[in-house]
Amino acid sequence: MQIFNFSQPINFMRLKWPALLLSALLITGSFASIFSQGINWGLDFTGGTVIEVGLNEGADLTAMRQTLSVAGYPDAVIQLFGSSKDVLIRIPLRPDLEQATVGESVLQALSAELAEPVTLRRVEFVGPSVGEELKQDGGMVMLVALIGILLYVAMRFEWRLSVGAVLSLGHDVVLTLGLFSVLQLEFDLTVLAAILALIGYSINDTIVVFDRLRESFRKLRDATVDETINAAITSTLNRTVITSLTTVLVLLVLFFMGGALIHGFATALLFGIVIGTYSSVYVASAIAEVLGISREDLLPPPPPETETEFS
Amino acid sequence: MLNKNPAWRYVVVIAMLLICMLYALPNLYPEDPALNISAARGAVVAEQSVTELEQGFAKAGIAVKSLQLQDGKVLARFASTEQQLQARDLAKSVLGSNYITALSLAPATPDWLTAIGATPMKLGLDLRGGVHFLLAVDMQAALDKHLADLVSRFRTDLRQAQIRYLSVKSEPATAHIVINFRQAADMNAAASVLTSQDSQLLIAEGPDKLSLQISLTEQRQREIRNYALEQNITIIRNRVNEIGVAEPVVQRQGADRIVVQLPGVQDTVQAKEILSATATLEFRLVDTDSDLTAALAGRLPANADLYYSTDGRPILLDKRVMLTGDHITDATSGYDEYSQPKVSIKLDTAGGSLMSEASKEAIGRRLASVFIEYKPGNELNTDGTPLLVKQQEVINDATIQMRLGRDFDITGISSPAEAQHLASLLRAGALIAPVQIIEERTIGPSLGKENIELGVTAIQWGLMAVLLFMLVYYKAFGVVANIALGANLILMVGVMSMIPGATLTLPGMAGIVLTVGMAVDANVLIFERIREELAEGRSVQQAIHQGYDRAFATIADSNITTLLVALVLFGVGTGPVKGFAITLAIGIITSIFTAVVGSRLLVNLIWGGRRLQSLPL
Repeated sequence: MQIFNFSQPINFMRLKWPALLLSALLITGSFASIFSQGINWGLDFTGGTVIEVGLNEGADLTAMRQTLSVAGYPDAVIQLFGSSKDVLIRIPLRPDLEQATVGESVLQALSAELAEPVTLRRVEFVGPSVGEELKQDGGMVMLVALIGILLYVAMRFEWRLSVGAVLSLGHDVVLTLGLFSVLQLEFDLTVLAAILALIGYSINDTIVVFDRLRESFRKLRDATVDETINAAITSTLNRTVITSLTTVLVLLVLFFMGGALIHGFATALLFGIVIGTYSSVYVASAIAEVLGISREDLLPPPPPETETEFS
Repeated sequence: MLNKNPAWRYVVVIAMLLICMLYALPNLYPEDPALNISAARGAVVAEQSVTELEQGFAKAGIAVKSLQLQDGKVLARFASTEQQLQARDLAKSVLGSNYITALSLAPATPDWLTAIGATPMKLGLDLRGGVHFLLAVDMQAALDKHLADLVSRFRTDLRQAQIRYLSVKSEPATAHIVINFRQAADMNAAASVLTSQDSQLLIAEGPDKLSLQISLTEQRQREIRNYALEQNITIIRNRVNEIGVAEPVVQRQGADRIVVQLPGVQDTVQAKEILSATATLEFRLVDTDSDLTAALAGRLPANADLYYSTDGRPILLDKRVMLTGDHITDATSGYDEYSQPKVSIKLDTAGGSLMSEASKEAIGRRLASVFIEYKPGNELNTDGTPLLVKQQEVINDATIQMRLGRDFDITGISSPAEAQHLASLLRAGALIAPVQIIEERTIGPSLGKENIELGVTAIQWGLMAVLLFMLVYYKAFGVVANIALGANLILMVGVMSMIPGATLTLPGMAGIVLTVGMAVDANVLIFERIREELAEGRSVQQAIHQGYDRAFATIADSNITTLLVALVLFGVGTGPVKGFAITLAIGIITSIFTAVVGSRLLVNLIWGGRRLQSLPL
């Protein structure tokens, strides 16, 4: 069984300008959304208190809102979390609030007012400085990772490929951030981890294509740059699709069965892997092509005789 | 003929698999409800107490699975949680208040596995429930206190050197001290006096005419910060040990943060009070003139109070406090000239003069150190929080041999361990920098269990989906890839159990699921390559050989970059994210090994070294 079996390389590069245009549009859209409506930062980044309580019966959110409003938390955001018996209460940071005690006082207010027993599932309090630092650190991690990749690929391959790879990674990250901004999904620590895992996954994909590209440049001596890139992408297409498929499979399992805490993580990776697969086929190679990569750039320093079949 | 396995490869692969399997094994054993019993204040549990405990349990009909005394601590295992709870109440009444009992879950790893150091993976708080605190140490307060102390020291030094000055002031905002003078000669003399006293000061011309500006070197400031942090860690560790939490974590994070993790603790109110409880220290003279027996009978002398020492001995102390603990700037344990354990104490300037005045008339008398702590007791406030109880204890008393100054020693301590403990208590007496809770996460025990179940089901289903896919797509080779995937999972769990610092968290479990999906990649690369080589008309054996060899470079390059990302993630991330990075990194390395070495071994074994017309691929 084989998904694709092509006798001829597909002409991927024929669509490189439309693809780059599409990517440019998507990136612009993402940035527009990020700057206009921002990102729905989770507790880890904004600071504040999140309380998850479990109830025996379905929760009456209106009654809970009222109770908390009376108890001095008119700004509490109350929503169901995962099931109708699981309620998430968010209390933003307020300078007049002794944050460290919010958890207990909310729980007390609820248990006093509600007829049924309220069990505390988790309380998370994050101070204002911690969240701010995390944003900076998170950005820093991504930057360091991207620079590391830039250097490694430049060293092992060539600078044009390296730029292509890093731009395509940036593309994946921005689009995923864009998705979270457009849909206003909550961006928490696990999503940050997912985006970094995505960088790891996407670079893996890209390097596989680049590796074949280098080999094709050395083997196909008379082909044009476009033809060589097409050949490299076509011959790795099966692997690209199968690996994406197995990864998407496990992510679907995580998405549906991993529970509410891991939902954001699975969403970010699912979207990111689809985008990452596209970008390692189109964006990375197309950018290297546009930057003017040529056969000579990828030949080993002393030009080899002919590529020997058995080494 | 190509593709025959050298024997050593089997040995290496099978040995690695067996080792990892062995170390992964402890994860399969359930956990016993257990009781950790340790003696308070760093002492050890005596053999006799163990016998008493055993007798007590036998009498009450509590079946003890095992009872061990190790490193001065007792670990008792029980068959059920009810018996564990009964046993705790019993242990408390049998042993009394000088022992700390903590409920815990002890892994039921068989002895032969424990003997080779095989232990189950450590679970993060999000999987086992508990409280996590991140504390920030107020470094500004530590620096301010140090500056204030310097100011009074400068005044004394200048006065003693008979140098006239107008004022000595600290400017906390800029961490400077400014001294104003009337005459240039005084200023120059002062500069040389101060430098000779302390070489770690930076002395420059001040903002005003005829003034000196003194600042602390970077190194000194770093030392002050480190000291404040270490001191807080010591205090918090002592307190956490006292409340009886099994396997607590008190760890430094970054320059001014402390992570405190208390597994199994649900009552955050109590935990917080313990973290912020204040401990102080007082020095008082021992009253040897009054009648101790009369005092014990309730007739206290007018000028003394009754105290008890750590070992329960009654002692009468002067009502007048000679010195309070906030004057202590450092306390270290060491040995005196007779190789006896001692504790050296350093006081600040004000404390030094107080001590010198008071000890002048008290040579030959005994000086007692009283440790005062506010601890949550058994009684509750009206709002349900435990009432704080003031506990006072004489931790040491020693004869004053001579007039004491800013530096003095306490000798007559029975053991080096006690000296160390005393030093840490003395340091704890003067908390120089307060802490603030800046992050708190409480995970209920039910949520932790649910998270484990969710993680395990996700891993099972994810694994099943991938196994099925590979089987359908690659048939016989799919079986090889699947065996490699299974081996990969065993290696991952084995390695994670072997690394002491690796903690399994919920994102870490997500990382395992993700790795299951990505780990087949290396095999996919190889198999696709073999197909290509076949399509190009190579013989079966050449195709296999070339497929593995050529795919290797690709696998190495692509995975090294992914590993790079995982390492960056590990270096900068904290808590759960670190757990995720660890599983990701380990998964990458094991998946390379199982694909490049493991699956090749199998493929060669099945199809290698024979004349074949086609491959079931």
